[in-house]
Amino acid sequence: MHALEAIRLAFRQLVAQKLKSGFALIGVFIGVTFLIGSWSIVNGMNTYMTEKFAGTLVGVNTFHLRRAPNVNFDVDDSTWRAWRRRPRIRFTDAEAVAAGLTIPVITAWYSEDRGAVEYNGRMAKDITLEGTTERYFDIMNLKIDQGRPFSAQESKAGATVVVLGHDLAEKLFTGTSPINRIVRIHGISYRVIGVVERQGNLLGISLDKFVVAPALSPIQREVNPPGVVDALIVKTNSPAEMREGMDQTEAMMRSRRHLRPRQEDNFAMMTSEGVLDFWNKLSRILYAVGPGLVLIALVVGGIVIMNIMLMAVAERTREIGIRKSLGARRRDILRQFLAESVTIAVVGAAFGIGAGVFLSVLLNVATPLPATVSPASILLGVLLGGGVGVVAGVYPASRAARLDPIVALRQE
Amino acid sequence: MSRAQEFHTGDMPQPDIVILTHKLSRDYDMGSEVVRALRGVDLQIRRNEYVAVMGPSGSGKSTLMNLIGCLDTPTAGEYWLNGQQVSELADDDLARIRNKEIGFVFQTFNLLPRASALHNVELPLIYAGMASRARHDQAVSALTRVGLGDRMEHKPNELSGGQRQRVAIARALVNNPSILLADEPTGNLDSTTGQEIMGVFAELHRQGQTIVMVTHEADIAAHAARVVTLRDGLIATDQQKAA
Repeated sequence: MHALEAIRLAFRQLVAQKLKSGFALIGVFIGVTFLIGSWSIVNGMNTYMTEKFAGTLVGVNTFHLRRAPNVNFDVDDSTWRAWRRRPRIRFTDAEAVAAGLTIPVITAWYSEDRGAVEYNGRMAKDITLEGTTERYFDIMNLKIDQGRPFSAQESKAGATVVVLGHDLAEKLFTGTSPINRIVRIHGISYRVIGVVERQGNLLGISLDKFVVAPALSPIQREVNPPGVVDALIVKTNSPAEMREGMDQTEAMMRSRRHLRPRQEDNFAMMTSEGVLDFWNKLSRILYAVGPGLVLIALVVGGIVIMNIMLMAVAERTREIGIRKSLGARRRDILRQFLAESVTIAVVGAAFGIGAGVFLSVLLNVATPLPATVSPASILLGVLLGGGVGVVAGVYPASRAARLDPIVALRQE
Repeated sequence: MSRAQEFHTGDMPQPDIVILTHKLSRDYDMGSEVVRALRGVDLQIRRNEYVAVMGPSGSGKSTLMNLIGCLDTPTAGEYWLNGQQVSELADDDLARIRNKEIGFVFQTFNLLPRASALHNVELPLIYAGMASRARHDQAVSALTRVGLGDRMEHKPNELSGGQRQRVAIARALVNNPSILLADEPTGNLDSTTGQEIMGVFAELHRQGQTIVMVTHEADIAAHAARVVTLRDGLIATDQQKAA
């Protein structure tokens, strides 16, 4: 009997016993659904983390010179205290480093704190107050929706002008144009000159509740002690230039701070890679746990299929006897039952792939997670399904093949 | 008709001998005792003979049937089918012999219940590795030959007992086997239908088919030209009906 014949027979059997086959394939179905679904979620998280999370917090090919890392996970208390004792990054440090870098870069100062913004008696609380220099908008890729960003002159002069985040503008001005209106931050008046395009949110936190003013404007007093910035942001053109820039920065800072060769740096340089460390740790756990769960589902699925196949062999003993009396060889019977179990498993896997893809599309539409189904996961799903079918089918099929035709024919 | 030639181990059967058994025996090891179902049966059947094998239950006729049908192998002795000694063959070779040389007709029909009459008849051709077009045609002509050309798509449970047995006969004949081996072919049929099936057998015999039929009913055995009676694992009588 040809393999094709065996598969056709297997499909006929599958359709004839829909309910039983449905139960048989459910384990593989769940396993493969989970495989495709979780793979696409991890994929999506990866994209999200590398492109959005890290990009938003740090920027591509960009590093931040800071006193200490600001995005960190599982840092112990003593480290934290040591970080707090480090000297701050001063205007003079930022100026010297920006001037001393020999590679093409754009730089900006950056300081932030939380505070309230007021307009005409309306108060928006818990707003990120940001003091920056003019290139900040370019570096962070902030597009201006209305108005304009502040200029180099305004930045240098410390003009009392602000650019608002989208949500903040909505909240204070509800529909009317905020341009040229005067908002007050801690009693000081600032003229609104621009609104930044909506940024959306990151892990549920709005990215649009901020106000940006020149670093040298009076906002300086709200965010940092005099002459101090949180960070110098340096954007380079390539990863290689970023490494070079970081080396140069480290050398300059060490010399400015008179650090001896064996002393540790008392400043930090943050890159998106650093931010991604956390995600990498998490995804490593997912990569370890995910396959385990898939494996469990597939093993259970395999056992179910094996049981169903053993039942089928017992029920169809007479059929096997008939087939043998008509000239079926052992390998014909073996192939028939193997084809049946593989067909059950592969059909289960196919449904699982469908469900996994559906799940991923649903996530894509309903959440900001860019879940994408990887073709490799589909291939793996089919292969695993087929593999489970073979492994689960071998024993029942070989039992069927070894049946004595006389005994088999006698069975009712 | 003259009695068959004396056969000795080491001989080859005469060319017109389809079935030859020599000192054929089959023991069943039942643990505490050995049941000797056949104790050395010598039987020769020529091409185009129509032989009925009779005997009370326990006489060994089912065992002989299984051995002739290559479903079982003897404990001792020789079995030659169509000039080939099959008593020594392995499992897969026996399957091939069953497929090519033997057509079974069973008391309980033994059709696949979920398959159409046509598919049932196609089965031996599938195992013979025939291409689907050719085997369809051949199965159709076999069904037409037994008068079921208009029932080919019916499932067994949509057919009467007589029709089912006709499907089984079509299936047995579809590969043009050397022998048609029937085990109580009328056992599950009423006497009218039984006579009908015997009519089919007579027609096949007239067309040159060799038929071996196991039965315990004397009036069914009477349709055969030769009646072999078994008792206690040995041939008791072997009577040729006067032509």
